[in-house]
Amino acid sequence: MKRPPKRAPARIASTADLRSFQRMMAAAVTRPLDANDNLQSKWIDGRPMAKVAAEFIKPNDRLTSFERLQLYNQMYWYRLFDAIRDDCPGLQAALGDKAFARLAQAYLAQCPSRSFTLRNLCSRLGEFMRRNPRLTAPRPALALEIARFEWAQTVAFDGESRPVLTAAALARTPPSRLRLGLQPYVTLLDLMHPVDTFVMSVKRRDAMRSEASNTPDSKVVHRQSLRRAPLPRPSRTWVAVHRLDNRLFYKRLDPAAYRILDALGRGVTLSRAIAAAGPEVRPAQVQAWFTSWMALGWFCELGNKRRPRAS
Amino acid sequence: MPANRFNGHCDYGIGIGLRVPHYSHILSKKPVVDWFEIISENFMVEGGRPLELLDRILEQYRVVQHGVSMYFGSADKPDRTHLRRLKNLVKRTKTPWLSDHLCWGSVDGTYTHDLLPMPYTFAAARRTAEKIKQVRDFIEVPICVENVSSYAEFHASEMTEWEFLSEVVDLADCGILLDVNNIYVSSKNHSFNPYDYVNNIPHDRVGQMHVAGHTKFEKYILDTHDHPVLDPVWKLYAHATKMCGVSATLLEWDDKIPSFDEVHNEALKANEFIDGAKKAAV
Repeated sequence: MKRPPKRAPARIASTADLRSFQRMMAAAVTRPLDANDNLQSKWIDGRPMAKVAAEFIKPNDRLTSFERLQLYNQMYWYRLFDAIRDDCPGLQAALGDKAFARLAQAYLAQCPSRSFTLRNLCSRLGEFMRRNPRLTAPRPALALEIARFEWAQTVAFDGESRPVLTAAALARTPPSRLRLGLQPYVTLLDLMHPVDTFVMSVKRRDAMRSEASNTPDSKVVHRQSLRRAPLPRPSRTWVAVHRLDNRLFYKRLDPAAYRILDALGRGVTLSRAIAAAGPEVRPAQVQAWFTSWMALGWFCELGNKRRPRAS
Repeated sequence: MPANRFNGHCDYGIGIGLRVPHYSHILSKKPVVDWFEIISENFMVEGGRPLELLDRILEQYRVVQHGVSMYFGSADKPDRTHLRRLKNLVKRTKTPWLSDHLCWGSVDGTYTHDLLPMPYTFAAARRTAEKIKQVRDFIEVPICVENVSSYAEFHASEMTEWEFLSEVVDLADCGILLDVNNIYVSSKNHSFNPYDYVNNIPHDRVGQMHVAGHTKFEKYILDTHDHPVLDPVWKLYAHATKMCGVSATLLEWDDKIPSFDEVHNEALKANEFIDGAKKAAV
């Protein structure tokens, strides 16, 4: 969003005036809340916010201009914060509520939504965290892996699906020239921590917490079962996040299998991708993997865009 | 108007919003419902479970699309990618009309994901109407614009909200989705008579109505959609139905969602007021 005008236009007599007005209002609505979750008392130029709000918002007999603007400011942050929390329960559990809130606020302040749908709100969170490791200290690498895993779930849930390649279609081209596409909804992850099991345990805990809130002995259940999920210890893990019959799945991969899929996703030929697995992998093993991946419907025509390296 | 050119000449009855907690009940019990309203954006995706569920609903029910992000009042031009996705969904659902809000919520491509109130000026009305026409020409279905609830008014405004709504729909030659609850909420927040609003809009352009619950706070009312409809809103709905004719009506319940039957029964209360309006018309 471009910088707001110094003052909201007093008259809106053209589309340019309307745009100027909307830049002013949007800048005020999206401005981070203060420490007490209220509209900040100063505007970006240092003037009192009450004075700035009064320039374009009418007061009424119950609320000042500042208070009316504050309603929109608070609703913006509560709505977007809830959306991030819904999409990133694992990240919130790993960071703790305060650090997660700091991260969410910094992310939204620097990377406001550029999409018509909140579904895409966290699409740039991983990249933002990579550039701002101090926000997830002392475990920036683990936090980044959790964020990438949780975004992969969003992609797997409703990402694009292309027509599945059949065995007959594969047989028409020799392996030395054959290039396969991976379904856009499949994400390959090379991780230093088993974050798949961590996120699953957080979701199970949250489900139990939700059920417990409706039971008479909820305090007992809370104490016994809803302890903070332990953070995963380092252990190299290769995972494909995908869907089957429109349900989410996580499939652990052998490192050699991961290398093949990663190479295919980057657009290399089938024979070169298999070579990427390494000489120690037996042909029968490779054949078994391909049988499984074909059954899962992971292969499609190669799209125009090749995948970046997954790790 | 029961069926007019703004709702595809469809004489739909009382519908409810299609919401996730009710999917399983709807698909397994197949309750009798006149129609469902879907939030377009929830299904403007490229694959996966949302579209599978939608297709199963479409096999058995009439569906009307309601959007929350077209932002007719934003100064920005309509986003072509957004429009293409919306049109694909329209082809899938065969919605007889499409609704979205008379508001703005994005500027320079940055989205607030809120339904922000317009400054009620003639220039804003012209820009908004132009955008509605662009969207309708691309999507090729009738459009009804919905009045939003609001918590702020602007010094720059040159007319009342209902005058602005009338100006926009006249310039765009489009329909109105009259949200009776939003009128009531805004009337309390801005101290106007909600009956003045209903009396002074072009009644022949109303293609659909919304009712919903709201929450009262000490100094303002919030449009929360988490309660049954309150009596003053039903009374205003009865009046609107007398003025505009019996229109396709939908209950919005989006938070603290109770069972399907509770939501549906609340929606069906509209029948009492529809019957009253019909008797009065005889």
